[in-house]
Amino acid sequence: MNRYPLWKNILIGLVLFLGLIYTLPNFYGEVPAVQISSGKATLKLDASLNGTIEQTLRDAGIEYTGLFIDANSIRVRVPSTDVQLRAKDAIEKRLNPDPRDPSYVVALNLLSASPNWLTAINALPMYLGLDLRGGVHFLLQVDMPGAITKRLDATAADLRTLMRDKNVRHAGITREGNNVLLRFRDAEQREAARKAISAGTADLQLADRDDAADDLKLVATLSQNAQKNIRDFAIKQNITTLHNRINELGVAEPVIQQQGLDRIVVQLPGVQDVAKAKDILGRTATLEVRLVDETPGALEGALAGSVPLGTELYNERGGSPILVRNQVVLTGDRLTDAQPGFDGQTNEPAVHLTLDAAGSRIFRDVTRENVGKRMAILLIEKGKGEVVTAPVIRTEIGGGRVQISGRMTTQEASDVALLLRAGSLAAPMEIIEERTVGPSLGAENIAKGFHSTLWGFVAIAIFMSAYYMLFGLVSVIALAANLLLLVALLSLLQATLTLPGIAAMALTLGMAIDANVLINERIREELRNGVSPQAAIHAGYERAFDTILDSNITTLIAGIALLVFGSGPVRGFAVVHCLGILTSMFSAILISRMLANFIYGRRRKVESLSIGQIWKPGN
Amino acid sequence: MEFFRIKKDIPFMRHALTFNIISLITFVLAVFFLATRGLHLSVEFTGGTLVEVAYAEAPQLEPIRSALATSGYPDAQVQNFGSARDVLIRLPNREDLDTTKVSERTMATLHAVGGAPELRRVEFVGPQVGKELASDGAMALLLVIFGIVVYLAMRFEWRFAVSAIIANLHDVVIILGFFAFFQWEFSLPVLAAVLAVLGYSVNESVVVFDRVRETFKKKRGMTTPEVLDHAITSTISRTVITHGSTQMMVLAMLLFGGETLHYFAMALTIGILFGIYSSVLVASPLVMWLGVSREQFMKPKKEKEEAVV
Repeated sequence: MNRYPLWKNILIGLVLFLGLIYTLPNFYGEVPAVQISSGKATLKLDASLNGTIEQTLRDAGIEYTGLFIDANSIRVRVPSTDVQLRAKDAIEKRLNPDPRDPSYVVALNLLSASPNWLTAINALPMYLGLDLRGGVHFLLQVDMPGAITKRLDATAADLRTLMRDKNVRHAGITREGNNVLLRFRDAEQREAARKAISAGTADLQLADRDDAADDLKLVATLSQNAQKNIRDFAIKQNITTLHNRINELGVAEPVIQQQGLDRIVVQLPGVQDVAKAKDILGRTATLEVRLVDETPGALEGALAGSVPLGTELYNERGGSPILVRNQVVLTGDRLTDAQPGFDGQTNEPAVHLTLDAAGSRIFRDVTRENVGKRMAILLIEKGKGEVVTAPVIRTEIGGGRVQISGRMTTQEASDVALLLRAGSLAAPMEIIEERTVGPSLGAENIAKGFHSTLWGFVAIAIFMSAYYMLFGLVSVIALAANLLLLVALLSLLQATLTLPGIAAMALTLGMAIDANVLINERIREELRNGVSPQAAIHAGYERAFDTILDSNITTLIAGIALLVFGSGPVRGFAVVHCLGILTSMFSAILISRMLANFIYGRRRKVESLSIGQIWKPGN
Repeated sequence: MEFFRIKKDIPFMRHALTFNIISLITFVLAVFFLATRGLHLSVEFTGGTLVEVAYAEAPQLEPIRSALATSGYPDAQVQNFGSARDVLIRLPNREDLDTTKVSERTMATLHAVGGAPELRRVEFVGPQVGKELASDGAMALLLVIFGIVVYLAMRFEWRFAVSAIIANLHDVVIILGFFAFFQWEFSLPVLAAVLAVLGYSVNESVVVFDRVRETFKKKRGMTTPEVLDHAITSTISRTVITHGSTQMMVLAMLLFGGETLHYFAMALTIGILFGIYSSVLVASPLVMWLGVSREQFMKPKKEKEEAVV
């Protein structure tokens, strides 16, 4: 009765074999590598690049031990860190001939040293968290009210254009709080406006407000649906922008993920220069095109302290003050591309902008209507605006190709282009959590976690073998199998392993022995009651099962609660804890039973079990 | 080897009242310390900045304090962490400071003081995050309690569920009491440890209850206290050995795990010790007083009896 059917033995053996295979990569350690990924959204990695890199390395006389391609990157494995640096420089020079406008991100990375056949079956080492490998973690909060306000400003501008197109006379369109107010002198015009708006968009809800007989208002608010879309768009846009910016940092494996409704997690493994990382994350450059207020005397008045309503005072690059209207003609959202270059006539450094269809139309209309006037192009960075240039409009500009030039160096032109191209953030963001872990601390944490687990395991192994003899040894083997399966599962799922995760691993092992203790105690008890050895094994496993199940489920409940509500370190703990409970059920019950069956199940007659001394009352 | 050579069932239930009074006193003390001293919450909960640096040689803390005070952080706490060469600096969040620059400014100040500090880690937590973590922790605790009560009520009986959860919640309070009394830092890993202990020591009650149910079904003619005594006595060997093994692992963490795992392991140690006590010697009397009896496990018969009555 203590024999497993063949299929069960094979199944357990297969699970153990797979466990071993997927645990293997963790033993090989890591070797230096150079990772190449695309630095531009439009640029895809392809096979031809592969050849280019190989050729480059051969030309430079750099030896490499492997070249791997996946969906997002090409990795070159090199024998040492010296070679790694040389390889990086060589590839960098070849792929990014213009360092100011890099097409590819070339970064230093570590790669598993495991043989290629393991990598081929997706057997990778465990994914270590930042507290183990060092790096920076940021949690960013997206300012959603800011995104809504920004949209309302744009809406106000759109409505002005619409009213003009439809020949509706209004007395002003402004944003007040979360509404856009449209003023009218008579009801007829208001009705016409309502029709025009309703026909054009479903995003706006319109309501009347009559403050006086000749001060009729139409209050436009964004519908719930539209607000939700704006929020979704804002977070997606910000994530894309962050991707672009982080590419500049040359981080090998950045993690940029949405968390909750309005938060973004950014993890930069291996990055130590926190100041630079923060600077790049926090940089917000947006472009705005506005008209210059050239009313005689207005500028002098503003300089004296009384800025006319509806205008703002800025400094033009180069120093002279300039008065700019609040009304935004065009924002950077309409921009599809920005490239540094030179002015065709003056040969001054310039930035060439390409606008999208709507932007081109607006630009054409505005330039047509304002020929002879000045137009200011503002670059707004970190909340501060600067007029890059304020040229006089000489003629209508169609086609959506705009050039900014004026008092820029080549470097500045390139920076401005990069900032504009990297995209503006749809909404401002704020860092609400930051963790930086130095590389030495990371390595120390691994060692500490490893030693805790190792010595705890050794202590348990010695005690169990001494106390339960052969059955103790069986329990220890089952426990080792549990550790193997847990590591395999973590490697397979590529779940992030953190220091609390290692602690959970140790704790899970300490708890998992419970199941074997329960079984062994039951067997002893049955023997004490005079049951034959074979029957005792059977009854021991059979009876202990219910208890093991119950106790593991209650532990699992706690684990799942931690998983659901935990964040950061708690989640790292919970993942390992929950997986550990599952693997421990498997190993404590099935693997230890299989071993016991192998040892005793085949014998016809068993005199006694090696399970330590059985003391019987009354002897 | 055989540690436990018990001839007769130990009459635990005779001392039921004593056990409960002891645990009540510990519980009241724990609540008292929690109320008067409060928990020493980590940066994760309170919000603020924490900077850990390592020096090649043990630095003087006083110059660091005064340098931080002059550079705008008079409320900085500077202390050694683990060894004399490691220094931990805590800075509370203040509304008038640009939070994103705190860590850089602190490092700049430290470099100015000298001694070539090496940055080990920085943790900055904004005020809104801390509040969320605290409420998430509370939600997790509630979910654990609810899940365990429902599961035990289904598998056993509501009396078992209620006793187990009372016994084990009081463990949680006692762990917190220890943290309040010694003013140990209560961080997120400690919270994880506390919740893991809750699940783990319910185990203990489950094992005893399993035996109680089995004994009720198998052995007739035993009174309820006798059944409980029998169940506890026959599982005591397993109880001690299991927890001994778990504690070995926790001890290894306490010895080798370093500063980060120290309080985590500490919470587990207290949890394991009190877990054994409470889930065996507190939960069982509670079950008894709640009026558990054989009939509750003989459902079909119970219905018949009711029909007769």
